[in-house]
Amino acid sequence: MLLNIVHQTTYRYDQSLPYALQRVRLIPRTDALQTVDRWELSYEGAREEVRFVDHFGNQCRLLSTEPGASQIVITAKGMVTTRDQTGVSGQHAGFAPLWLFERETPLTMPSDAIAALSKPLGGPETLGMLHDLMHAIEKRVAYVTGSTTPETTADEALSAGQGVCQDHAHIFISAVRMQGLPARYVSGYLLMDDTTQQVATHAWAEAHVPGLGWVGFDVSNGICPDERYVRVAFGRDYRDAMPVAGIRQGQAHEQLEVHVTVEQ
Amino acid sequence: MLLGRTANGLYWMARYIERAENMARLVDAGLRMALTRNEGDVEEWTSVIVSSGVEAGYRQKHTEFNAANVCDYLLRDAENGSSVLSSIETARTNARMVRTALTRETWESINDAWMSFRRMLASPIDEREVPKVLDAIKRETAQIRGAFQGTMLRNEIYDFCQLGLHVERADNTARILDVKYYVLLPSISWVGSSMDNYQWESILRSVSAHRSYRWVYDAAYKPTNIAEFLILSRRMPRSLAFCYRMIDESLEGLANDYGNRHMSHEMCENTLSRLKRMTIKDVLDEGLHEFLTDFLIRTNNLGDQVARDYRFF
Amino acid sequence: MVAFDEMRPESAGLRNPYSEYDNWLTEQDTARLGQKMKDAENVFRRTGITFAVYGEQNAAERLIPFDIVPRILSGAEWRRLTQGIEQRVQALNAFLEDIYHRQEILRAGRVPRELIAGNVAFLPEMIGVRPPAGVYTHIIGTDIVRTGENEFYVLEDNARTPSGVSYMIENRETMMQLFPELFKRIKVRPVENYPQLLRQSLAAVAPRSADEQPTIAVLTPGSFNSAYFEHAFLADHMGVELVEGQDLRVVDGHVAMRTTEGYKRIDVLYRRVDDDFLDPLTFNPDSVLGVPGIMDVYRAGNITIANAPGTGIADDKAIYSYMPEIVEFYTGRKAILGNIPTWRCSEADSLAYVLEHLGELVVKEVHGSGGYGMLVGPAATKKEREAFAEKLRARPGNYIAQPTLALSTCPILTDAGLAPRHVDLRPFVLVSDRIRIVPGGLTRVALKPGSLVVNSSQGGGTKDTWVLDD
Repeated sequence: MLLNIVHQTTYRYDQSLPYALQRVRLIPRTDALQTVDRWELSYEGAREEVRFVDHFGNQCRLLSTEPGASQIVITAKGMVTTRDQTGVSGQHAGFAPLWLFERETPLTMPSDAIAALSKPLGGPETLGMLHDLMHAIEKRVAYVTGSTTPETTADEALSAGQGVCQDHAHIFISAVRMQGLPARYVSGYLLMDDTTQQVATHAWAEAHVPGLGWVGFDVSNGICPDERYVRVAFGRDYRDAMPVAGIRQGQAHEQLEVHVTVEQ
Repeated sequence: MLLGRTANGLYWMARYIERAENMARLVDAGLRMALTRNEGDVEEWTSVIVSSGVEAGYRQKHTEFNAANVCDYLLRDAENGSSVLSSIETARTNARMVRTALTRETWESINDAWMSFRRMLASPIDEREVPKVLDAIKRETAQIRGAFQGTMLRNEIYDFCQLGLHVERADNTARILDVKYYVLLPSISWVGSSMDNYQWESILRSVSAHRSYRWVYDAAYKPTNIAEFLILSRRMPRSLAFCYRMIDESLEGLANDYGNRHMSHEMCENTLSRLKRMTIKDVLDEGLHEFLTDFLIRTNNLGDQVARDYRFF
Repeated sequence: MVAFDEMRPESAGLRNPYSEYDNWLTEQDTARLGQKMKDAENVFRRTGITFAVYGEQNAAERLIPFDIVPRILSGAEWRRLTQGIEQRVQALNAFLEDIYHRQEILRAGRVPRELIAGNVAFLPEMIGVRPPAGVYTHIIGTDIVRTGENEFYVLEDNARTPSGVSYMIENRETMMQLFPELFKRIKVRPVENYPQLLRQSLAAVAPRSADEQPTIAVLTPGSFNSAYFEHAFLADHMGVELVEGQDLRVVDGHVAMRTTEGYKRIDVLYRRVDDDFLDPLTFNPDSVLGVPGIMDVYRAGNITIANAPGTGIADDKAIYSYMPEIVEFYTGRKAILGNIPTWRCSEADSLAYVLEHLGELVVKEVHGSGGYGMLVGPAATKKEREAFAEKLRARPGNYIAQPTLALSTCPILTDAGLAPRHVDLRPFVLVSDRIRIVPGGLTRVALKPGSLVVNSSQGGGTKDTWVLDD
């Protein structure tokens, strides 16, 4: 499936910024599930300082704001051809060792409530058990826009019973790790069936199943990712894969606006 | 090339060394004047505190203006950021930060002064001991100046220090004048009053100019002469004009080193040419207080502009 | 426990390296030596060579006591030592390269994975980074102890930001001022050129994009840091800028320092700021000591950070116990310099042994340094041992234990004349396209009779260390 994507992030400030940096992970890579046909990034009010590949293989850019800017617009757009492989993205690659994805992180700290979601994983039943886990979380934690923040932990979202895709992914990751398998966080885009306008970027999880490799699970939609999904960045949790991470000087108040369009 | 932070450190190091010395000089003048006066010395000590620019802080701590309180506050009170002890502490902290820019002799003289001030000012000073302590302070700061002048290369590092020193000194002299400007106004004063003689001597002593005044004017105190001496004299090293000549020299040095002129050069030249052009009559016509207020603002702005031009922050 | 005295061992009389010094010493008047001791202290105080002691309110700046009797090593002893150190340093860098890439040593099962996986010193952000010349740890201070004529052991590999080198140089400077005649009589190899060697070494690992003359700077946490004197000293003697985080920002794809003439690019940053504070955008977001975005510039290959972030995984005390295996794995040879036998309390058998023998052992925190949080069994009271045993049982993985070695002694000058005290040695190693070790190092000496704690933060002193030119 050929997908056309436009992702625009706008930061508005109530006064001009003396200095700020933004680290962006907004470039999808070509792999077993997708081929990036064309992709470009453009900026207003900011310029590129360096490009680098991070420790998870994500293509990153470090931007600095133009002196005195009070608005930054970061636009990523391009075309990606996707393939449906029922969520299986394949064997682990890269220098980041698989065991790194078995370790807990602050956002995916284990808890009794999370432990109770799943039995120990392993054996021929693993894939089915992961599906059960996905549905269990989907049932327990309602998707409610704006109900959590980027700092909300898996356990907090689970006990609140509501969250967004990021929280769903965190709970899933935490549960999978607690049961002894590596799991990772994926940020990316999703073509929704009835609309081209998305509220934000999407996020889901991948579990590493012996024999199969990485397999995706989108708790929020209760399915394994198919050809409507575009994978952009990976990490142990949201913090590793967040599309834009910034630091700024001064007292300016920030307002964030995100527009994502995905269409065929 | 110099780090902006280093330039800032050098500038403030020099300012605080100068400030420590100025504080000692103010206390010295206060003591001397209090001695020669029969009636209460409250007024004298009040003006010492006001001239030091620390009146608000002082009033929060003390209700009475007397020798013991003022000496303690100006010499060793840690809560007073301009006390001799605080000043040397700040000067040394800055020196330590810019240590690699200083000669060993300069650093050691500052470190020595810091050690000896901390020792001398560790506990309240017996009033009889104050003159000895003031002497020691002046000796230590003179030693710093000697080591500095004798060993530092005449480069940007030197220029930033000299800039700080003379901005501080200009500010100090202007404030002393402003506190007592009214006794220098011709309309109010009448020659020969013992009261005014006393005030004039006080002013001159505060800037250690009571002897040099006599060498230059060779006569009894006369308010316009005193004002002229402290504002416009090209020879008196604490006069406003002299300080600006030195500030200008330092800024020119920087312009030569960097091949680049800034807004601060313009501001300095502006004030300097004003000081060169004016006679004491012009100053008095403009209004002494108004002139000094304007001068203090100009000097303050110049300091800020230097910080911007040379990226102190 | 009889310690080996490096000047006059019990069995053998005066040792060779000390013979000429001893001749000189017998000619000296004790009162004059006492005076020299005071002179030395004055020199240090005047020049402001002080260090801050953590946890002491009023001793913000204190002198490290200096002893005027040199610690002397023969040329032959030194050569043996340096061979061992070079081998070890090569292994440390190979280990770091491996651990941040394919992790062959873990795959081979020579080092347990949990040791890395559960270790805060392992920085995922370093995965896949290959710095210029493949050097991760550029400046190393290898702590060495001696127990006999030919018995040297490595006590610790300080591969993060070892300090003390300025004392090595100032100690020599002071000795030359106090006893010029001694240096005429005895040929001692120089250590004063360390800053130049450091500069050459740092320049040699500049990014490829740097100019012929790369711009080097020393990054300090600031003048309130305990080692600030050393940071300033090194910057000064190398002729480079001493910068703080507030001086630096990312400009035009490089880390640049704010100067009176605008921002100027830095190619090599010798940082004396800990990993966690290095980049608030990557690590501790509250840090004001670092440079936001420096890790991004680093990964893009536009700056060299010395030592590289994440080198702590190589000098961790838990890793230390595997150093013989690590050296053999990467160099293909047995380690020339031995390790001190170490019990890892994470292992149940070892923990049991350690708890049973607390009175004989030294127990250290795995991530600690500077002698904090350790128990010297023989010197501790029963109560202290019991309290420590509690901590051990609560978090065994946090501790290792070693036998209390009979560290060699050297004489120091006391009011009652010469008296032996325990010493260790920290030579400083520079790694770039090659390895350089300055002949000497910092000899730390326990000033209390019988004490084995040489750390300056715990009342230890220092000595000038002589390597004879023979």
